[in-house]
Amino acid sequence: MSRRLATLFHGRPRLQVGALLAGPMAWLVVGYLGSLAVLLVAAFWSVDPLSGELIHSLSLENFETLLNEPVYRDIVGRTVLIAALVTLTDAVIAFPIAFYMAKVASRRGKAILVVAVLIPLWSSYLVKVLSWRTMLSAGGIVNWALAPLGLSGPGFGNTAVWLVMSYLWLPYMILPIFAGLERIPDSLISASEDLGASPLTTFRRVILPLAFPAVVAGSIFTFALTLGDYITPKLVSNNQFIGNVIFNNISTNLPLASALAVVPIVVMIGYLLVARRLGAFEHI
Amino acid sequence: MTTRQANSARTAWLIVGGLLAALLLLAGCGSSSDETTAGNELQKLGKGEGEVDLISWGGYVEPAWSKPFEQKTGCKVNNKVAGTSDEMVALMRTGEYDGVSASGNATARLVDGGDVAPVNVSLVPNYKTIFSDLKNQPYNTFDGTHYGIPHGRGANLLMWNSNEVKPAPTSWNVTMDPKIAAKYKGKISQYDDPMSIAEAAVYLKAHEPKLGIENPYELNEEQFEAAVGLLSEQRPYVGEYWSDLTKQISAFAGGDDVVGTTWQYQYFALKAEGKPVAASPASQGFLPSEGATGWSDTWMISSRAKHPNCMYMWMNWIVSPKVNAEVAEVFGEAPAQSLACEHTKNPNFCSEYHADNPGFWKRVYYWETPVSDCGNGESDCKDYNDWVQAWTSIKG
Repeated sequence: MSRRLATLFHGRPRLQVGALLAGPMAWLVVGYLGSLAVLLVAAFWSVDPLSGELIHSLSLENFETLLNEPVYRDIVGRTVLIAALVTLTDAVIAFPIAFYMAKVASRRGKAILVVAVLIPLWSSYLVKVLSWRTMLSAGGIVNWALAPLGLSGPGFGNTAVWLVMSYLWLPYMILPIFAGLERIPDSLISASEDLGASPLTTFRRVILPLAFPAVVAGSIFTFALTLGDYITPKLVSNNQFIGNVIFNNISTNLPLASALAVVPIVVMIGYLLVARRLGAFEHI
Repeated sequence: MTTRQANSARTAWLIVGGLLAALLLLAGCGSSSDETTAGNELQKLGKGEGEVDLISWGGYVEPAWSKPFEQKTGCKVNNKVAGTSDEMVALMRTGEYDGVSASGNATARLVDGGDVAPVNVSLVPNYKTIFSDLKNQPYNTFDGTHYGIPHGRGANLLMWNSNEVKPAPTSWNVTMDPKIAAKYKGKISQYDDPMSIAEAAVYLKAHEPKLGIENPYELNEEQFEAAVGLLSEQRPYVGEYWSDLTKQISAFAGGDDVVGTTWQYQYFALKAEGKPVAASPASQGFLPSEGATGWSDTWMISSRAKHPNCMYMWMNWIVSPKVNAEVAEVFGEAPAQSLACEHTKNPNFCSEYHADNPGFWKRVYYWETPVSDCGNGESDCKDYNDWVQAWTSIKG
């Protein structure tokens, strides 16, 4: 039996690869893309108002609702704006840390810093958000620390969502930038210096262009993770994200929820196309 | 671009195209679900089928009373906890469950969808001693047919922080009237559910008689717009919309919120922690002057139940005096069984939760499912989808 199988595969590289990939590909196409396709199909259905049962006929009604109700435009705008702000914040904070880790720290210091960046990922997402909720509450530590200065914390709201998300997704920005910077040979930096470039010029003309694809790669994580989150907005603000509206409609109006789920997919496709233009995928 | 890259790009587009085609095919030939007719009620109780599959609110099915049930009847209890009424309806639609502890905002949807069967109350001996004001209600009896066994009920109270909110409010105007609510800007706690629209309607019913609101769940265009408008005005003053009761407890305990809608459970939990919270006193009938919304839960049996005998035994068990007392105390609600009051651990439990005080419940408007047909033959009322949509718009 095994000999016959071996003969079958011998000298047939395509069959070998096919057999090897059949399982994972079936999972990807049927389990992953298939369920996504079913979800998207549902976006064109509607719901019987009385019994709440699905009506399986095609219509663009849900997409019209999304376009015509101002509240959905506000929610999409808010979600995308906060995702962009979180990405920007994380990029600004992560770059110096990653640079120090990659180029300045000793071997030992580097190891310690990598572990330090990874440690928050070991604890539960929910615990981290709830700790922020406690810290930002009226009687929380943020207000207590700011009180002597005559200030008060941001309380719950968009600012709190921005703060918490920036905290949550920071490691996802640091690690790709760190990996990108590590790949830049030190000799390039020395060469730039030898040719008389100031540190700022070296950074601007040598390091930044080489590390930029890594920043874009990190931004895909922070942007996509913020875009899809709905628990943080619920716990530290009253404002709805796209995910909250999907959650609220999923059991009463699945077609509307599906139509809403198309929005982040479209936004992400646009984002990825821009990222490809900027060269984020060249070294993958 | 090299030829190889061009080839792989073409393959990628072919895959995308193929998926799109498959998608359209799927969308076109989605079969319509078959029309389920409500099954007839069970006539005679038979032997247990060995297990029963339930959907319930958290705290309704606990080992403390489900284990003795299993030992007594031989029906193994498989429980699925649902977080919202909407989730319960969705789960019942799968046909995989025998029964559900449905609130009034789910029952009509389940009956209309043919998901639940009528209940023969003569097969549930404990039904006889259930509080009479819970029987034959519009959310459990449809066209004179019983569709379930009442389990328990609660009211949505007005709670406030007695240090911060003075004088003690006697009306919902403290959260609903923009002039008064502005005093507690950013510190109002509102239940995060479309049912809050009914709360605004209860307020308008008392204060805007010319709108002619009778039932806060049957609102025509004008009445609905008024209630939604009131909540939109309230929006800037809301500190937090809560759906998870621990979130509300933490907001009141931490001083983030000082006044708002609550359930008896949170009120007594905060009291027990020694927090300065108050709710309407006995002199006001324990409710603000307008009355309040509330919920009344009903055990219903699926029209496709695989274990109907076990389900009937469960419905009788859960409203038996001792068990109903246990559930009510664990969950924090008024028991449906009148004999349960003799079995509660806290001897004052039934009076604290007003279980035996019909006057209290007369002023409570139990959750119902809003439907477009509200009895005047014109189908001009707002249905539940409109309520969900409006609630999304209010929160913004």
